[in-house]
Amino acid sequence: MQGTVDPNKAALNYHNEEVVAPAHEEHPDLRLFGLLVFLGAESMIFLGLFVAYLTFRAVYPSWPPEGTPERELVLPAINTVILIASSFIIHNADTAIKKNDVKGLRTWFSITAIMGAVFLMGQLYEYSKLEFGLTTNLYASTFYVLTGFHGLHVFLGVCLILAVLWRAQKAGHYSDHDHFGVEAAELYWHFVDVVWIVLFILLYLL
Amino acid sequence: MTTQAEMQIAPSAHAHAERKWWHYFTFCEDHKVIGLQYLVTAFFFYAIGGALATAIRTELATPASDFVTPDTYNSLLTLHGTIMIFLWIIPAGAGLANYLIPLMIGARDMAFPKMNAMAFWMVPPSGIALVLSFFLESPQAGWTSYPPLSLMTGKVGEGIWIFSLLVAGTSSILGAINFLVTILKMRVPSMTIHQMPLFCWSMLATAGLILVGTPVLAGALILLAFDLLAGTSFFNPTGGGDPIVYQHMFWFYSHPAVYIMVLPLFGAISEILPVHARKPIFGYKAIAYSSLVISFLGLIVWAHHMFTSGTPAWLRMFFMITTMIIAVPTGIKVFGWLATIWGGKISFNSAMLFAMGFIAVFVIGGITGVMLAAVPFDIHVHDTYFVVAHLHYVLFGGSVFGIYAAIYHWFPKMTGRMVNETLGQIHFVLTFIGMNLTFMPMHELGLLGMNRRIAFYDARFTTLNQVATVGAYILAVSTVPFLINAVWSWVKGAKAVDNPWNALTLEWQTSSPPAIENFEVLPVLMTGPYDYGEHHSENGALPPSAEPVLTGSSSGS
Amino acid sequence: MKIPSNILTMLAGILLTLVSIWYGKNHGLMPVQASSDAALVDGLFDTMMIISTAIFLLVWGVLIICLLKFRRQPGDETDGPAIEGNIPLEIVWTAIPVVIVLVLGVYSFDVYNSMGGFDPDAAGDPGVQVAMASEDGTAMSLMDAAPKKAHHNHMALGIGASPQNIGSPPDLTVNVLGMQYAWIYTYPDLGITTGELHVPANKNVRLNLKSQDVIHAFWLPEFRIKQDTIPGMESELRFTPTRVGDYPIVCAELCGAYHGGMASRLYVQAPEDYDKWVQEQMPAPESDSQTAADLEKLMAAPTGEKRSDADYLVPVAHQMGLDAQTLDHLHHTMPMPSDALKQVSANLATPAA
Repeated sequence: MQGTVDPNKAALNYHNEEVVAPAHEEHPDLRLFGLLVFLGAESMIFLGLFVAYLTFRAVYPSWPPEGTPERELVLPAINTVILIASSFIIHNADTAIKKNDVKGLRTWFSITAIMGAVFLMGQLYEYSKLEFGLTTNLYASTFYVLTGFHGLHVFLGVCLILAVLWRAQKAGHYSDHDHFGVEAAELYWHFVDVVWIVLFILLYLL
Repeated sequence: MTTQAEMQIAPSAHAHAERKWWHYFTFCEDHKVIGLQYLVTAFFFYAIGGALATAIRTELATPASDFVTPDTYNSLLTLHGTIMIFLWIIPAGAGLANYLIPLMIGARDMAFPKMNAMAFWMVPPSGIALVLSFFLESPQAGWTSYPPLSLMTGKVGEGIWIFSLLVAGTSSILGAINFLVTILKMRVPSMTIHQMPLFCWSMLATAGLILVGTPVLAGALILLAFDLLAGTSFFNPTGGGDPIVYQHMFWFYSHPAVYIMVLPLFGAISEILPVHARKPIFGYKAIAYSSLVISFLGLIVWAHHMFTSGTPAWLRMFFMITTMIIAVPTGIKVFGWLATIWGGKISFNSAMLFAMGFIAVFVIGGITGVMLAAVPFDIHVHDTYFVVAHLHYVLFGGSVFGIYAAIYHWFPKMTGRMVNETLGQIHFVLTFIGMNLTFMPMHELGLLGMNRRIAFYDARFTTLNQVATVGAYILAVSTVPFLINAVWSWVKGAKAVDNPWNALTLEWQTSSPPAIENFEVLPVLMTGPYDYGEHHSENGALPPSAEPVLTGSSSGS
Repeated sequence: MKIPSNILTMLAGILLTLVSIWYGKNHGLMPVQASSDAALVDGLFDTMMIISTAIFLLVWGVLIICLLKFRRQPGDETDGPAIEGNIPLEIVWTAIPVVIVLVLGVYSFDVYNSMGGFDPDAAGDPGVQVAMASEDGTAMSLMDAAPKKAHHNHMALGIGASPQNIGSPPDLTVNVLGMQYAWIYTYPDLGITTGELHVPANKNVRLNLKSQDVIHAFWLPEFRIKQDTIPGMESELRFTPTRVGDYPIVCAELCGAYHGGMASRLYVQAPEDYDKWVQEQMPAPESDSQTAADLEKLMAAPTGEKRSDADYLVPVAHQMGLDAQTLDHLHHTMPMPSDALKQVSANLATPAA
């Protein structure tokens, strides 16, 4: 009996016969959900590094260790403002594409990309002005690795934005109902932004 | 008795395309191809890891260091551990998950097929780099790679080790994203989460662990790489760093890694036992949710690996309690499995023998796990052969027995051919004897005072070590009947019918091997996944929990 | 005569309990107990063995009964009974393990406390280093080689004073320095530096553990205590040996190629024997020339089977502050003249082997 199809039961299926959808593209777009899960995992790397940083900080009697050269606060603060502002700017692009405004998308994405580039330049400029190197002491090492790792993410974010801009040249590539690339780039950018805020508090303000 | 699913009648576009052998060597996005790619690749690395283990046991056949140099010995144990964990058990679990999840939930593929293929193709380079490191300058600091030792032995090898783990970890994360999204979002519409096969539940728990744990390991490895290559001193005390921070970050991943390695097989066992015992799984929900509980608790027990290290007393107590509590959900599973087979009509085929063997040996690893959680006792046996025995009972007795059980069980589905039962049973007997002969004496060795990771030892431990070495040789021999069986049956075995075990889960309701997009038409659930039993078949009625869920217009969209 | 099955079950249960208790008390898996702590740990272990044996027998018993009794008969295509669960039974097998682990948790806590695991003074107190540096020159130079702990404020590590000893200083303090691949013991009050550990029986001993290079672990199997020595951190083990004899000291944390050879011995001696040993060890006045000569002799020793642990210490002896006498001592008394050591030495001489 097992493994055979009971005709009475099989009949139940006929309700559905006419609504059977095409085979492979049938599931809804899960890419955004996937990206969220990925960012969740990604944030665990940062969380791990942050906790490591806080542990180093807690174990040392004074932090930064005595003899660490002073850091400037103005430049990073300006950088922070730029990055936070860019998060609001990029959201305009999302609003624009939902109205099918590809031109608006391009404008806002371009501005965001430029702000991101300025942030990276500022970061490099700060590195060049610092009086300590990667291996000066534990504080210096954590500083460079954390900001550098975050900078790498900003760089990737800028690349994503540029990729969207490249694709947006083609008319109709993005539309009000099909713009995963735009949403993904925006979400990633917000993520990078949030990480920076935590990082800024940890490294500069605490 | 009804099958779990019955098919709708409408052809799928790709159903009649053929799968060619060379597809298995390409960047193929079909989850079934990827699943087999994972399994075969993992088994290849298992053979290498096994050869290393045999070399280790050969060295330990005598108290003196006479087979290899002590440096080489440390490379052997480092590579053995790393390969078995990151290139055998974890990828094998990922392979089973890839093959089975879409079939079990009635999906045509994983959520992100391209990413799935990418995840697989990261495994071979990672593994090949690691194996090649043996011939350059191999890592010698153990699979735990504790600094400062790992910063002092073999820079090149250590660098390769870090690279390999980062690549394997990335692969694991990408795979986990796929499992999670697929299980949560791509079940056939008639399948509620409580009608999902238990293997999917355990993969859900596993994916969660991978996503939370693996990135932290990546963080630790990045910092370790800076220490190694750029001269920083995060973990190097000479520059003011703290090696204990590395241990915390490492174990935050690597303890959950134990569950990453064993949970998929818990799931597989929960599938195999009811089918061959012809009884419903005992306590479906308890087993399903215990996976999630294990997964959660697994994240807060890591420092039990550090009871003799840099952990203060209160931390030791906290982690002792959480670790002991993990025994409760694990016990729920074991007792549930025993109750499942109790009173059944059991067919003792190779799959079932390995599944019952799994319970038998895993329970020993579970018991010693609780013992090791007790801080005062752990202080005595930490870093001794007692721990080696424990971890092999869990990872060999648990994971490897589980993988074998799964392979025997799903072999007809994967290849369309039946395995040879005689060879399978010889394989089981040799594995079971070899396993216990190898690892049982190690308990006593550890208690008596033999520390682990040593190339030469006190002569009073010789006898027990020689017993273990004989056992290891039996284990090495035991893979021969398996290999012959797998290859021969795949090519020449008797043709398998679609559902040779009369099982109810969806993967058995399609052809063997399944067509390219799995189902001619999407199945609709008619019963729960484990509705076996005389009661069901006599009445011909569906149990209340498994009433057909027809979702009308949404079923195909 | 048919015996009712519930009586059979009861008999099986009684038998299982008796076997478990017997095995838990008679497993003979532990080495001798050389301290009162060891007895405490063994008590915990025996209890766990009783429970473990019971669980093991239960699970294997069920599996074996299934193997014998619940075989599918040839030709029988029907299913087993459709039992999908039993809530009271599931509650029972959840509750019993909960109770077991809670009891074991409390028991372990108590044992750990009695051993001195919660001694708030363990290792952390900053006075230790200063005291020992001022009292003994050798020790000072030895300890200088190890990284200063100054910039770390870690919490207490190791096993400290047991509750009844809290507040009272130990009868004997020994500084232990781990290095690849040897333990060096310094008696700060006596000015002795040696490669083997001698302690008087029934006296409370405190070991201050440090490491010079990588992580090691100081393990006394017969005393059931172990603690990692972590470079840059201090830890301690405090114990009272109760049994005269000599016991292995093992390094339990992978520390490099010759990790297996990093061993030494602990001699628990009757007080008068211990005093005699102390007298023999008191540093004799020595001349620089003698030191130099000794060093030269050691350096000139043919690379071959006669090399021992002490030999690989030679090149670094000066920076470690080891004098020639200590080296010589290590050379003659390191308890590794076994085949293993010879093998180490041979391998050292011919790395290609």
